[in-house]
Amino acid sequence: MPLSDWEPVIGMEVHVQLSTRTKMFCGCSSDYLAALPNGNVCPVCLGLPGVLPTANESAVEKVVKAAVALQCEVAEHTKFDRKNYFYPDLPKGYQISQYDLPIARGGSLQVGERTVRITRVHLEEDTGKLLHAGDALHSAEESLVDLNRAGVPLMEVVSEPDLHSAEAARDYAIELRDLFRAVGVSEADMEKGQLRAEANVSVRPVGESALGVKTELKNINSFRALQRAVAHEIERQVDVLEEGGQVLQETRGWSEAQQRTFTQRSKEEAHDYRYFPEPDLPPLHLDGAWVSHLRQALPELPARKRERFRSQYGLSDSAARLFVEDPDRSRLLEETVAAGAEARTTANWIIAADPKLGPAHLAELLRLIEQGVINRDQGREVQREAEASERPPQEVVQALGLAQVSDENALAAVIEEVIAAQPQAVADFRAGKQQAVGALLAAVKQRTGGTANLKVASRLLRDRLSQ
Amino acid sequence: MASISELHDRLGRREISAGELLEEQLTTIEEQEPRVHAYLRLTAELARAQAQAADRLFREGGPVGPLTGIPAAIKDVLSVQGVETTAGSKILAGYRPPFDATAVARLKAAGLVLLGITNCDEFAMGSSTENSGYFVTRNPHDPQRVPGGSSGGSAAAVAAGEAVYALGTDTGGSIRQPAALCGVVGMKPTYGRVSRYGLIAFASSLDQVGPLSRSVEDAALVLEAIAGVDARDATSADRPVDFLSELEAGVEGLRLGVPREYFQVEGLEPGVRSAVQEALRRLERAGAELVDVELPHTDYGLAAYYIIAPAECSSNLARMDSVRFGLRDESAPNLLESYLRTRRAGFGPEVRRRVMLGTYALSSGYYDAYYLKAQKIRTLIAEDFQRAFRDCDAIVSATAPTVAFEIGAKMNDPLAMYLNDVLTLGGNLAGLPGISVPCGTSEGLPVGLQVLTPHWQDARALRVARAYEMVRDAA
Repeated sequence: MPLSDWEPVIGMEVHVQLSTRTKMFCGCSSDYLAALPNGNVCPVCLGLPGVLPTANESAVEKVVKAAVALQCEVAEHTKFDRKNYFYPDLPKGYQISQYDLPIARGGSLQVGERTVRITRVHLEEDTGKLLHAGDALHSAEESLVDLNRAGVPLMEVVSEPDLHSAEAARDYAIELRDLFRAVGVSEADMEKGQLRAEANVSVRPVGESALGVKTELKNINSFRALQRAVAHEIERQVDVLEEGGQVLQETRGWSEAQQRTFTQRSKEEAHDYRYFPEPDLPPLHLDGAWVSHLRQALPELPARKRERFRSQYGLSDSAARLFVEDPDRSRLLEETVAAGAEARTTANWIIAADPKLGPAHLAELLRLIEQGVINRDQGREVQREAEASERPPQEVVQALGLAQVSDENALAAVIEEVIAAQPQAVADFRAGKQQAVGALLAAVKQRTGGTANLKVASRLLRDRLSQ
Repeated sequence: MASISELHDRLGRREISAGELLEEQLTTIEEQEPRVHAYLRLTAELARAQAQAADRLFREGGPVGPLTGIPAAIKDVLSVQGVETTAGSKILAGYRPPFDATAVARLKAAGLVLLGITNCDEFAMGSSTENSGYFVTRNPHDPQRVPGGSSGGSAAAVAAGEAVYALGTDTGGSIRQPAALCGVVGMKPTYGRVSRYGLIAFASSLDQVGPLSRSVEDAALVLEAIAGVDARDATSADRPVDFLSELEAGVEGLRLGVPREYFQVEGLEPGVRSAVQEALRRLERAGAELVDVELPHTDYGLAAYYIIAPAECSSNLARMDSVRFGLRDESAPNLLESYLRTRRAGFGPEVRRRVMLGTYALSSGYYDAYYLKAQKIRTLIAEDFQRAFRDCDAIVSATAPTVAFEIGAKMNDPLAMYLNDVLTLGGNLAGLPGISVPCGTSEGLPVGLQVLTPHWQDARALRVARAYEMVRDAA
């Protein structure tokens, strides 16, 4: 059967580090990258004998925010459980997680045209990191344990198997990232490990309703890798089945170097985590009024914001995406437009020039360009200076003497010089070669030290050459 | 031997200094230890510095409390900053916590002079202190016999005059049972009364820190110092702390519940039964009303306890993994071998048994049959107590079914050993406060009277025990 006769079925498990100030169960900073190895630890996150966890309220709040943004039902009663297994990056020998009473269940997320059902959202703690000195894990001379990350709050979002292509799996993860950024619960930067996506992949003949045997894909460090890993795995499973083989239920890693998946752990080696309720933490009661308040206080969510940017600002789909994935950028866009700038001009400028200006200064800069006081190149220079000095662009223009030359007499004189110096270009233009104007304008720009108002110069030049 | 308040008065009147009191204690320890073996390690140097600080306060009229300058001992499961704390286990040999347990910090703030760290069953798992990874502590009343456990070192130290008071921990009776066997007072407060932060966990939902002392008043004074909510323990409760104001209120008009099942347990020695019955008669004469109550699920308590406690311990002890602290077998060729060899070498047989029991009980496919069922029994037992307390103000019984038994007598029969906790572990399963107060002897060995009261009625348990102490001593 060709590939198109097979239907991929994909469910996702996404882990997201929450952007809280402190770790999940102790007072250490959750900014674990700032410290030297094992420099961001305390007796609690080191799992020393006798320590006890205390739950981070802000982390619970962020999970509830994410859950209501995913249209989940938030539990009134929830609790933590212990997930028991031995590994050196897990200091206590168990991870505090949630088993049968997660904070939220039963939501959905719109990904393009498709609705993906959300099974559950729960809260747990991150592990530390191992550094293997040597080439590979099994030949490592020694393994070093860094527990700076241990105990950072981690939210897990599990979806139903509602995705049916590698692209859809990627788009789902991107949509989650945009959502978490919009709601302010995580930076969700995949390259930094703040968002980790695992895909459960199986295939079945088109029209079949029973699910095939699934594999779980791990080690995926970017959206691109996610798409490639899932695509590769779909092809691999189809190949296995077409050759009369059977897909084995297992965990497979994605090798970025080899662009393929490989067996990590078979079903037989799967852990028995011996979950049981965490006796050190009392069950949590989530107040319904508080949850409703958080639901009502939700900001505009990405799908709606993208739509608004397209309709209200006339942005392209890709530009709208670029803004919505970065809440700081979209805020700058909206505030600059509110300060009087034109939306698309502003959007283009932000995408091209990545300004670090406030909306008032950016609107002023764009006005100076619009009014022809400076040209776009000068605009970049003014932006740099305004960013460095934090002075208004208008002042920068004056201080640098940058105002472009729009005076027609002054420009006419320069044009005469250029025409005299470049007879060949003049001749070309008159022979019908419109591009020759470019060379002449470049010369005008050069002779005015870049200050010429090129719009005015172009008009004057064309007038002069048509005489 | 002097009580805390007597010593406090003498210190206040400057009849004796904290330094002198300490040296007297160290002399007693030197005399008694070869016979008793209560201490795993002494902290004389620290104690001298603390005694000097206490003396400065008395001299300069600084703030002093009832415990200022009073020498005491701490069970080896409570973290003491910079002092080796091993939970009686070889696996933690050499481990020095970088922080104080909250109970220890509070005692330090109250003027503790720390004599040393007392022996206990490994990770508090045992009823005789024979499971210590280091040595066996002897009962001061008969060195051929056990002091009880797991807080056997603390009980023996107080009984032998080697400390004025001591801290212990009680998961199934580990304060009350050794107190009974050594003839001292021992109290397990309501679960949540005393912070567990820094207590090396055995079974988190059952463990409580409490005092062992020579008198009920001493126990109340120590409990006042260590009780109260702690932001580091989410299971600690914000409840008013007052254990002294009704201490001397007597038992007149109080209804004392006598649970039939507690007087019918397997192995209850006749001498223990009659000592307790005599104590109840005296309480009745002092004005208490004795009422019959029922605790119908008593028979299931032991089974439920020996599922729940091992299940929690199997998880709590997972951090003893050779990676960050304690023992490590450096010859291990890989990670798994490092775990296996270290834990085989570091854990004694009883700990290994309970870790295996607990791991099994939590395993996929067995959870419902064991752990979940045990939790249901736990609820039934808690409800038994709730019902019984409708008809009475406190429940009284023997603390342990036997007097101190001979060393080695039960080591090859874990079930017989476990049965020694059958009267105490119900209080842990239900989270109730309980106290053991000496009530005469059987075969020349101490017997303990246990008083259990409803949640947060710690003061009432102390009051009943104190009332008994008065009628006992008046006789």
